[in-house]
Amino acid sequence: MTISATPISATTARRPAVRRGWRYTALGIVLLAVLLFPLYWMLNVSLQPSGSAVGTPWIPLHPSFGGYARALSQQGGHLLISLVIALGSVLLSLAVAAPAAYALAQFRFRWASAVLFGILISQMVPGIVVANALYSAYNDLRLLNSVIGLILADSGLGIPFAILVMRAFMGRLPASVVEAAQVDGAGPIRAFCSVVLPMSRNALITAGLFTFLFAWGDFLFALTLTTTDAVRPVTLGIYQYIGSYVNDWSTVMATAVLASIPAVLLLVIAQRYVAAGISGGAVK
Amino acid sequence: MAEAGTSPGILGGTTSRRAGAWSPRARIRYLETGFLLPAVLYLLLFFGYPVVKNVLTGFQRYTTKTFYTGQAPWTGVANYSAVLGSSVFGRVLLNTLLFTAGSLAGQFLLGLALAVFFRRRFPLSGLLRSLLLLPWLIPLIASSAVWRWILDEDNGALNRALAGLHLSAAHPGWLTSPSLALVAVVGVNIWIGIPFNTTILYGGLQEIPEELYEAAALDGATGWRAFRHVTWPLLRPVVTVVLVLGSVYTLKVLDIILGLTHGGPANATQTLATQAYNLSFQQFDFGQGAALGNLLLLLSLLFAILYLRASRRAASE
Repeated sequence: MTISATPISATTARRPAVRRGWRYTALGIVLLAVLLFPLYWMLNVSLQPSGSAVGTPWIPLHPSFGGYARALSQQGGHLLISLVIALGSVLLSLAVAAPAAYALAQFRFRWASAVLFGILISQMVPGIVVANALYSAYNDLRLLNSVIGLILADSGLGIPFAILVMRAFMGRLPASVVEAAQVDGAGPIRAFCSVVLPMSRNALITAGLFTFLFAWGDFLFALTLTTTDAVRPVTLGIYQYIGSYVNDWSTVMATAVLASIPAVLLLVIAQRYVAAGISGGAVK
Repeated sequence: MAEAGTSPGILGGTTSRRAGAWSPRARIRYLETGFLLPAVLYLLLFFGYPVVKNVLTGFQRYTTKTFYTGQAPWTGVANYSAVLGSSVFGRVLLNTLLFTAGSLAGQFLLGLALAVFFRRRFPLSGLLRSLLLLPWLIPLIASSAVWRWILDEDNGALNRALAGLHLSAAHPGWLTSPSLALVAVVGVNIWIGIPFNTTILYGGLQEIPEELYEAAALDGATGWRAFRHVTWPLLRPVVTVVLVLGSVYTLKVLDIILGLTHGGPANATQTLATQAYNLSFQQFDFGQGAALGNLLLLLSLLFAILYLRASRRAASE
C-alpha cells in the first residue's frame, strides 16, 4: 500500500469539470497560502534590514542580506556540523538498515516477528528516555560533545524508520530475481549487493532522505548530549538565539531559513520519495 | 563470520555437530543472521539499554555527584513519590493530556478535510500537495522560532493583524499569559502535524475504489452521505493508525514547547516530556527525571499496544 507514489486512477477523464477544476485550484492556493504563511514570514523577516523590535513590514520592499551575513558568520560552523552529522547518520543508518530490511523481507526467520515488534516498539520510546540514559553512558565513554556521539544517537531516529520503509519495498521484489542470482552461484551477500541493492535504489533514496532530515532537525540529542560549544548543530544554535531576549529577529530568521533549506531542496528534488516515505514508514 | 568450531544452534539438533562440517544450508543460515545482527545490536544498544537503564535509574539517587563518585544508591520508590507528590505533577499530567488530545483532534480534522479536498483532481493539485509537506519537513526548532515571532505579544504578526482587522485591540499575550499559552502551543503543534495527517489519510482515500462511489451514487448517496457510508468505514483502519501514531509522537514532543515557552509561564505548558527534561538536565536529578520519563514511557507503551493491534487489523484487511 506504500511506495506506489502516483495513483493509477489519475486518468478518469472528467472534461466538463475542467472549469470547476480551476476553481478548486484557486481554493487550494488560498488554503496553502494560509498554511504556509509562517514560512513566508520566516523569509520576510530574514530579509528585513534591521532586526527591528517594532512592526515588521508585511513585504520586504527593501530586502537586505545583512541577516544572512550575520547568520552565516555566527552559525556557519554549526550548519557545517549539522551537515556532517546528518550525512554520517545517513551512511550509518543505511549500512545497518538495508541488510536488516532485506533479511526481514526475504529470509524466513523464526524470530523475525520479534525483531519487527522491537522495531515498532522502539519508535514509541520517547527521546528524553533515551537521552537520559545515554547521557551517563556517553559521559563514561567520552562521547559527550562529539560528532560521533551525535551520529550514533541520531541514527537511532533513522534506523527503525529506514528498516520499515525498505522492508516494505524489498518485500515486493520478485523472488525470481534473487533466485536467478542464486542459480548463478551467488551467496546471500553477493545476491544482496549485486541484485537487491541496485533494484532497491528508490527505497534507499527514500530512507536516506528521511534519515537525513531526522538527523538534521534533531534538537533533543543536540540539547542533551552536548554541553560545550565544541560540537553544536544549528538547531541548538537557533535555540540559543531564542532562549534569551531576542533583539535581532532578522538574523534568527535567516538562520531558520538556512536550516530549512535542506528540507526544501529535498522536497524539490525528490518530491515523490518524500510522500512515499511518510506513508511508507507509518502504514507498512 | 567465524568459521567452524561453534555449533549452528539456529537449526537445532538436525545438523551434524562435527567441527568444520557445516552444511551449506547452515552456512547460509549464519550469513542470513549476519544481515540482521547489526540492526538488532543497534536497537539493543540505543533503545533496549536506555529503557532498562532508565527503569533502574528511576529507583536510584542519581545526580551530578554520581558522575564523580560513581555512586547511585538505591532509594526504592523515593523518586516516584517525589515526582508524583510534587506540586506541579497534576498540572503536568493534565497539560500532557490536553496537549495530546487537542493536537490530535486539530491535526486530524484539518488533515482529513485537506485530504478529502485533494481527492478531487484539479490542476496543480500534486504540486500543492507536496508544498503542503513543508511544515512537517523543516526542523521543528526553526518552526518554533518563527511562531514565537508571529505570536509575540507586542509586535507579532498575529496581534498586528488582529488589531488591524479591529478584531482584538487588546494584544493578547499568546505565549506569556498562562491561560493562552497552552492554546497557542497546541495551535502550533496542530500546524506542524497537518501534513502528516493529510498525507497518510490521502493515501488511504486513494485505496478506496472509485466504483464504490459510483455504486453509492446510484443508490442516491452523494456528498456527506457518501462520506459517511463509503469513505469513513473504509478509511477506518488508516484513521486508527494515524491517531495512534500521532498520539505516540505528540506525547514525546519537546522541541516545540521548549522553543515556544520553555514550559512556562508558571508551568502552563509543562508536559511530562519537558518536565522530565527539566528534572534531568536543568536540575540534574537524573533519578527523578528517569522516574517521570518512565511514566511517559508507560503512557506511550499503552498507545503502542493500541497501535500494534490496530496495524495488525489494518494489515489483515
